[in-house]
Amino acid sequence: MRKYSVFAVAREAMRGHRGWEAQWTSPEPRKEYDVIIIGAGGHGLGTAYYLAKEHGITNIAVLEKGWLGGGNTGRNTTIIRSNYLYDESAGIYDHALKLWDGLSQDLNYNVMYSARGVMMLSHNIHDQQVFKRHIHANRLNGIDNEWLTPEQAQEFCPPLDISRSARYPINGAALQRRGGTARHDAVAWGYARAAADRGVHIIQNCEVTGIRRNPDGSVAGVDTNRGQINAKKVGVVAAGHTSVLMEMAGVRMPLVSYPLQALVSEPVKPIFPCVVMSNTVHAYISQSDKGELVIGAGTDQYSSYSQTGGLQIITHTLDAICELFPIFRRMKMMRSWGGIVDVTPDRSPILAKTPVQGLYVNCGWGTGGFKATPGSANVFAHTIANDAPHKINAPFTLERFRSGRLIDEAAAAAVAH
Amino acid sequence: MLLIYCPYCEEERSELEFRQGGDAHIARPTNMTEMSDEDFEAFFFLRDNVKGLTFERWRHLNGCGRFFNAARDTVSDKFLTTYKAGLPRPDVSTLRPAASAPVETYEATESDAK
Repeated sequence: MRKYSVFAVAREAMRGHRGWEAQWTSPEPRKEYDVIIIGAGGHGLGTAYYLAKEHGITNIAVLEKGWLGGGNTGRNTTIIRSNYLYDESAGIYDHALKLWDGLSQDLNYNVMYSARGVMMLSHNIHDQQVFKRHIHANRLNGIDNEWLTPEQAQEFCPPLDISRSARYPINGAALQRRGGTARHDAVAWGYARAAADRGVHIIQNCEVTGIRRNPDGSVAGVDTNRGQINAKKVGVVAAGHTSVLMEMAGVRMPLVSYPLQALVSEPVKPIFPCVVMSNTVHAYISQSDKGELVIGAGTDQYSSYSQTGGLQIITHTLDAICELFPIFRRMKMMRSWGGIVDVTPDRSPILAKTPVQGLYVNCGWGTGGFKATPGSANVFAHTIANDAPHKINAPFTLERFRSGRLIDEAAAAAVAH
Repeated sequence: MLLIYCPYCEEERSELEFRQGGDAHIARPTNMTEMSDEDFEAFFFLRDNVKGLTFERWRHLNGCGRFFNAARDTVSDKFLTTYKAGLPRPDVSTLRPAASAPVETYEATESDAK
């Protein structure tokens, strides 16, 4: 792999940009691998990368039924933060946040992580109490999060309407300064390039149709539309389609899949310096470096695999955006789309071994998996390599729904799910 | 937005009047205190999360307020039929999606294209 640098840019500029090589190869699948990862999104490609980099396992295939990064990795609103309430969540999300800081250097790929601050608006006494509880819990866990008055919030985000006559008045905000955004596609591409450089096979347009088992019940490999591929270890990292894949191995999951929508506006000059979220009126918004406002809407109320969603869900969010930021009332929206998110009963992910020997699952990230990409991939690689969880993901088992030891961010979440 | 036929009101109404109520045809256990943890997990937490034809409960919350059941394709979001609570699972092989498709999705139109 030829290293990307300012010198490489200068060299290529001199010779008409004819020397750039493909960022990853598309090899024919082998008959057998040490590890198969199902799903070439950020979490799956990252898992392959960390398996190769930190655990010395390079005989890996990442199978993808569509195209690389075409699922939720390419469909989210790219928000990164780690201000979760419980110790377990704080552990995994802050592990991810620490990896975001330095990921571009690690991958030699600009993932455009920008710690521009994530501000959560408080609209009433209940919000204020919940956010202050979060702030104290976060600080005990060494995670930055601070309380702002409405005036300070407006200073941090000038377009914000803090007048008392606003439709949704604001009585303060919680700010995590290390939070921010990253370039979602670059995360998938960067991990793919770095993994492929270490010998990982990335096989696109390869849909898994079955999971093969040995007579003793352990995993033997997978059936795909490109033939049978053997492996002793298989990791399922398939977001909204996890239930479908796990059913092939006879494992019923505590997951429901919902459409989640996002949309972008026409691009405009820099106007919005941070990320703003409002739980109470359900809106979140930031501005991409290209200039589009990136807006996240809610999930539909019914389970679906349709990768679309109701228009009323979008308009509900836009109503709130227009009230919070009156200057955006005349903005035109350019595109909207949906992704399928897999939601667990406690709204915390599952990164764990399964009842099937050699089968591992990383799922349940629900409406907020992008922020966790590097941390999730890092500890999931550890889990696969050692056949035992890392201490960070040890609480995120499949068995917690039997034992009752839930990590109930559903009740504690800073955003509505 | 979906148009849903309420079998009690006997008319199609907008999705906004309804709430989905989870899987249909699930018998709620009567011996919950004596159940094993495995059985309780299977009832309370685990879901089939079907991709394709699913049977589910809906409630006409802002209408008659009653629960009824529906057969819906979770890929196209097309309702095959709705029927009153307590009725057995209908034979869907005889049903075709309603002539006026309630919703048209990209995937659905693609698979319809011949």
